[in-house]
Amino acid sequence: MKYINPFEHLLNPGHTACPGCGQLIAARQVIDACGKNTIIANATGCLEVTTSRHPTSSWKVPWIHSLFENPSAVGTGILAALKQKGLDKKVNVLVQGGDGSTFDIGLGLISGMWERGDNILYVCYDTEVYSNTGYQASGATPHDAFTRTSWPGKKSLGNAFFKKNMVEIALAHKVPYVATSTSGYLEDIKRKVKKALEFTGSKFIHILTPCIPGWGINDNQAIELGKLAQKTGFFPVIEFVNGELVNAMKVPQAKPKVEEYLKQHIRFKHLFADLQGKEQIAVLQKICEDNIRIYNLK
Amino acid sequence: MAKQILEGSHAVAEIVRRIKPAVVSAYPITPQTHIVEDLAKMKAEGLADFEYVNTESEFAAASVVLGASATGVRTYTATSSQGLLLMTEVLFNIAGLRLPVVITCANRAVSSPINIWNDQQDSVTIRDAGWIQLYGETNQEVVDLHILGFKLAESLMLPVMINMDGFALTHTYEPVEIPSENLIRKYLPNYNPPKDFILDVNNPRSLGTFATPDRYMEIRQELFEDVALAKKEIVKLNSEFQKVFGRGLGEDGLVEQYKTKDAEIILVAMGSVCGTIKEVVDKLRNKNQKVGLLKIISFRPFPDDEVCVILSKAKYIGVVDKSISIGTEGILASDIKRACYGKINEPIKSFVVGLGGRDVTEKMIGKIVDLMKAKDNKTQFIGS
Repeated sequence: MKYINPFEHLLNPGHTACPGCGQLIAARQVIDACGKNTIIANATGCLEVTTSRHPTSSWKVPWIHSLFENPSAVGTGILAALKQKGLDKKVNVLVQGGDGSTFDIGLGLISGMWERGDNILYVCYDTEVYSNTGYQASGATPHDAFTRTSWPGKKSLGNAFFKKNMVEIALAHKVPYVATSTSGYLEDIKRKVKKALEFTGSKFIHILTPCIPGWGINDNQAIELGKLAQKTGFFPVIEFVNGELVNAMKVPQAKPKVEEYLKQHIRFKHLFADLQGKEQIAVLQKICEDNIRIYNLK
Repeated sequence: MAKQILEGSHAVAEIVRRIKPAVVSAYPITPQTHIVEDLAKMKAEGLADFEYVNTESEFAAASVVLGASATGVRTYTATSSQGLLLMTEVLFNIAGLRLPVVITCANRAVSSPINIWNDQQDSVTIRDAGWIQLYGETNQEVVDLHILGFKLAESLMLPVMINMDGFALTHTYEPVEIPSENLIRKYLPNYNPPKDFILDVNNPRSLGTFATPDRYMEIRQELFEDVALAKKEIVKLNSEFQKVFGRGLGEDGLVEQYKTKDAEIILVAMGSVCGTIKEVVDKLRNKNQKVGLLKIISFRPFPDDEVCVILSKAKYIGVVDKSISIGTEGILASDIKRACYGKINEPIKSFVVGLGGRDVTEKMIGKIVDLMKAKDNKTQFIGS
């Protein structure tokens, strides 16, 4: 990647995110790819709190934060106002939320936005946990993961539920452009954002963004684990246009097993402690195999 | 300008059309429904140019007008009861963001038990959200309050809620005069948003940022002071309103006095019940009972000083509420007592009427007047 002076990005340094935060790395690619003719509606969450400490801001584009669950509807309002001003063809509306906002508390409003087919790019930065409140389980948390509300213990193996499939939910709304990526693939993020903006209508990009403290990983691992999540098949990197799978990032010929990925995280450490945990690793490996089969990742 | 016989909801839709918001977003709820149905129809028939956005909830509708207002255009929505409560988180946010959104609340009871009929529990419950709240007695007043409300909102960068009693006003046909667009434009020009507080790619700003304890308190204090100062602006805009339209709202836009000058007994109320109270006042006056009514138009900001001056002459004061603070008293009664604290020694009685659409009859108001001289100062529910 070409070096760019940090202050020439549209998301500037000076924010208070953790060193090595996967979300901030991805968010900078997203806004740079959108360009300066973009208005952002941001959900409450790490991205909001770390970039907008009053009276400072890291954003060099117009940016608004209202609430946790409503950035999609705020985006609709921005778009409606732009239409009245004759600017809707010139200005992009970008809505950003974390997995808590997207998978859980804001899902109904996202469904409304997609039903209306609003010309908005929605980007979900998925840390698979409520990072901002201190790592509680969300609808995006993987099966068996330890969070502060899904403790492993004598009667629990961590999160009892399975990660919700947001891509399928978007496709069910006939969203014309739906894609995923991870913070391991910055060029892929940029390409997908640019491609998304070629479509008129709703666009959804779901980006897996490792959370350093929430996953219990080192601060140099966000990119590496973003790649490994894809290579194992645990997080498929795929692209749909008008409901058709047009692109899938292939897993390597000799693909790593899911445990290569899991053992790097404190949140899956308990699975390596006993036989019961090992059985669960097999369940997670099956998720990878299913992804590879369903999304043609081989 | 001729008067028309219009349903309250239709009159509101028509005045909103003439005020020309750029974005209208709403979700249906009884008894607000006719307002947004009419606006959607006006849009469909090409009688209005606004963007009309159907949403999946009131929470979303309030969020849509928030986003549009932050982008620098005039916005409008309407709701009621559960819908207003569902919006509550957004309503606080709109006020904190200093967005001049205008909303109509068709006042209705709150569940449970579920009940779709009128009282004022919905709006008074969210009195602390930072919105200006104005209450109309008649559909003419409600129409006029919308014109004044938009002007007030845009002049102060504060949101305004216009309250009208569900069914008693929304579904009632009354003679109403709707001013022409030209006349409205004379009073309320096109919205010109402050350039540094909107979302504009040529002047990027961050709105709704995160305030730490060293910043938050002053920002909230500023909102508090600005809402309190809005009283002056209401008085000023009401007198301008009188000049343009030849009529005003009460004396000063804050309150209306009805035969209070020499009154021994003053009842205080807000909304459509004031019409019934005026009838009773007239009848009792014929029997030489010195009764009067103080009507509250502006509930937030609350006209503390004006109320004290008017009530200071009365011997008996009774507040007629269509809402309750559960376990204490009527909510308007609490505000009247707060405003009069240390200035008026006479007891202030709290009467609760009309909850969940119970008809408030002249007989009930007469009963309240009869109870005014009793020693008991407990909150009394007058249901028959």
